[in-house]
Amino acid sequence: MAIVDLTFNSRLPMQVVPPDWPGNNYWWHWLFFTVVLIAFVLMMVMGAIYIERRGLGRMQSRLGPNRTGPFGLLQPVADAVKVLLKENIVPDSADKVVHWLAPVVAFAPVVMIFAVVPFQNGALLADLNIGILYIVAISSVSTVGVFMAGWSSGNKYSLLGAMRNMAAVVSYELPLVLSIVGVVLAAGSLSLNQIVLTQNIPFILLQPLGFLIFFAAACAEINRSPFDLMEADSEIVAGFHTEYSGMKFAMFYLVEYAEAIAMSAIITTLFLGGWRGPWLPPWLWFIIKTLIVFFVMVWTRTTLPRVRIDQLMALAWKFLLPLALINLFITAIQVLVWPQALPWLAVIINIAVMFVLVIIWSRLFRLGWGRVEV
Amino acid sequence: MTVALSSREIVSQLGGKFPGAVAEAGKDSVLVKGDALTQVARYLKETDGLKFEYLNYITAVDYYSYFEVVYQLTSLDHNRSVILKTRCYGRANPSLPSLTGLWQGADFQEREIYDLMGIKFEGHPNLKRIFLWEGFEGYPLRKDWNR
Amino acid sequence: MTTEQLMTLKTEPFVVNIGPVHPSTHGVYRMRVTLDGEVVLDIEPVFGYLHRGIEKLAEERTYTGFIPLTDRLDYMSAMSNNLGYCLAVEKLAGIKVPERAEYLRVIIAELQRIANHCIAVGAMLNDAGAFFTPFLYLFREREKIYDLFEMLCGQRLTYNYMRIGGVGQDIPAEFLPALAKFIQKIRRFISEYEFFLKQNEILLARAKGVGVLPKELAINCGISGPVARASGIKWDLRKADPYSIYDRFEFDIPTGENGDCYDRYRVRIEEMTQSLRIIEQASKQIPGGPIRADVPHLIRPPAGEVYAHIEAPKGELGFYIVSDNSIAPYRCHVRPTSLINLAALRQMVRGWKVADLIIIFGSIDITMGEVDR
Repeated sequence: MAIVDLTFNSRLPMQVVPPDWPGNNYWWHWLFFTVVLIAFVLMMVMGAIYIERRGLGRMQSRLGPNRTGPFGLLQPVADAVKVLLKENIVPDSADKVVHWLAPVVAFAPVVMIFAVVPFQNGALLADLNIGILYIVAISSVSTVGVFMAGWSSGNKYSLLGAMRNMAAVVSYELPLVLSIVGVVLAAGSLSLNQIVLTQNIPFILLQPLGFLIFFAAACAEINRSPFDLMEADSEIVAGFHTEYSGMKFAMFYLVEYAEAIAMSAIITTLFLGGWRGPWLPPWLWFIIKTLIVFFVMVWTRTTLPRVRIDQLMALAWKFLLPLALINLFITAIQVLVWPQALPWLAVIINIAVMFVLVIIWSRLFRLGWGRVEV
Repeated sequence: MTVALSSREIVSQLGGKFPGAVAEAGKDSVLVKGDALTQVARYLKETDGLKFEYLNYITAVDYYSYFEVVYQLTSLDHNRSVILKTRCYGRANPSLPSLTGLWQGADFQEREIYDLMGIKFEGHPNLKRIFLWEGFEGYPLRKDWNR
Repeated sequence: MTTEQLMTLKTEPFVVNIGPVHPSTHGVYRMRVTLDGEVVLDIEPVFGYLHRGIEKLAEERTYTGFIPLTDRLDYMSAMSNNLGYCLAVEKLAGIKVPERAEYLRVIIAELQRIANHCIAVGAMLNDAGAFFTPFLYLFREREKIYDLFEMLCGQRLTYNYMRIGGVGQDIPAEFLPALAKFIQKIRRFISEYEFFLKQNEILLARAKGVGVLPKELAINCGISGPVARASGIKWDLRKADPYSIYDRFEFDIPTGENGDCYDRYRVRIEEMTQSLRIIEQASKQIPGGPIRADVPHLIRPPAGEVYAHIEAPKGELGFYIVSDNSIAPYRCHVRPTSLINLAALRQMVRGWKVADLIIIFGSIDITMGEVDR
């Protein structure tokens, strides 16, 4: 199979981190990166919480938090302390073991996603050569945790929220994975480090339709607006985490933001060129790009109202999935049959195709009615 | 301008159709007997030329010796209104026929009158207390209610 | 299980309780909803959480002393309640209100209508899920109206401004220029707001065709206000049965065609624009003179009964007062706009999903103070 060699341009001044850095033993590498990862996730989550609340506030023509620390920068710390000091209430009719286990099952996979995301050339916990497949597999485990939470609460609302969540996540796996496959075809490898290395032009230009589909599907997977009906707090109070309080609630809160950061990191790696960029150190570029993508997610949350569950499913199956298939088809043709069109001609063709497809499809597809005869 | 239909016109029409129904005709209101209420209301609602299809409100007043229930009907097409009244004598168990068959809007308002005044409406699909809780004793809006 | 068995899988409906404390129900309103999966089969509303016995209290207060209680009825648009009550007592006692007071009343009532629709539209969009952003934008405009009202009477929510025979205090000198500036700004704001939301795909999908109220059902239930006008009933008390001096102003009555949530939303936005027209005309024509008729505070209307209604922002608000020539009303009944507007809720909601139930309920725009009194 002809793999396109996009690495012909080797303007790569970044040093490659050997896979057993810092010591000459794998275990030092593992220890170092484990600590870095956990610290990174927690710090980024705090930064994400701050960006969200402040950004949301400014976009709603009000100030966000600005009292705790300069510019409200210590607000996440205040939130964390508050949540830690709260009483841990477990409802009587709850299934105690499952109730306790659910936040753990929801949170652990999210941190594990970062094991294969490159911060620098080669700087990752494990350079798996099936990187992106590992990510897709792991991120689905978190949904099991959500369902456990909804079920064990003994509350009809929670169950409703958990069911909605399951339906949505399962539906949106398909467009997500298909848009990833488009990127994989263009890059020629499943390993995330390789994908970044082959991005001399960021894949957002080469796969614009893939980017849009991935963004929409990622927002749905992580329950963010406009698909946040799993925790629609004007309908079913808080969905699956209604009955949680104290540290367990903090875990779910963390899960939500950590997943958002994880998806932003994946989007950065797959579409925006990961750690590549001029003069700043590469890991700083990575963080900046991740936060920019996260900011776009906050932006859509502020702006758009929520879709209903059946509209959500219709959007996944009837809108995103066919578009993802067509995108894959076109990418495959470009990579296999017409490799000399890459890269710039393909960019122009793909952007044109994206506009045409999105406009035609949105005319044909209506987020319809949904009244059931009772 | 919503003209309050003068009671004389109504009374003459009603007197023809339902003899004995109209007990009294005030300045702009018509007093009918309790048992003729449904027929008169239906007549007012459905006859061409009258077409009082819009029920503004139902309320009840406690005049110690009787309860007076007041209905106001409006005709949107002709822009006219009429006030219909009935009386229930006796304080122990006053009751009237319900008009929920004719106007769905009477549902909640009749429940409110039952809740606060104690007038029962026969034929009401769901005559329960609406504002006060089940098991509340007494009818607060009556004049002889002491808490 | 075979395919046939799966296709006819028996599901059991279950009853869920929504409210009374809930982030989206407009006040303390409780519904027992029978659901089959996500589809709403039936709802049973439970009222009474805010019942304060205002009608009984009226019999113990003087006529003037009841005006603050009317504020608390529909607390989102308190001036309109004041106006309705004062009109009823004036009709009973045959009091003529001076011209300046009439104009002031009209300006204030229309400002109150704009403020009320700000909340109504904002709350409906909040229920649709647009996480407070449109709600806060509209609240910014309502704050400007609060500032104007604070200039008049010092209060921001429960004004107690109208009196029997006129208004309580005269307007300060800076009111009319501030009003003119406000009208300019809010005109631009409403058109900007429309631009954001009118063609928003998700809002159209959530609100168009959802919760249709057919015209015949609306008439049968006695529904009034923007809800009725969105269903196609061209009935506005300011034109059909003009009270105060509304017959001197030119304005249109926006109506909808389908009676769905989207039409109710659009009718309210259009009504805000029409209210601005009335305010402009009134503020140009306002004369000088006294602001209250010469009536005693402890007023004793002659014995009799009266019903007077106004077009409050939520619908037809009426007061039925029976007087026996004493200083307190014998009976004062408030025609509860919101309670009557809820009469058709069951038919509007059946067959839709839980998310639609919330948005339909939000689009009717009720205030529990008026429902429960």
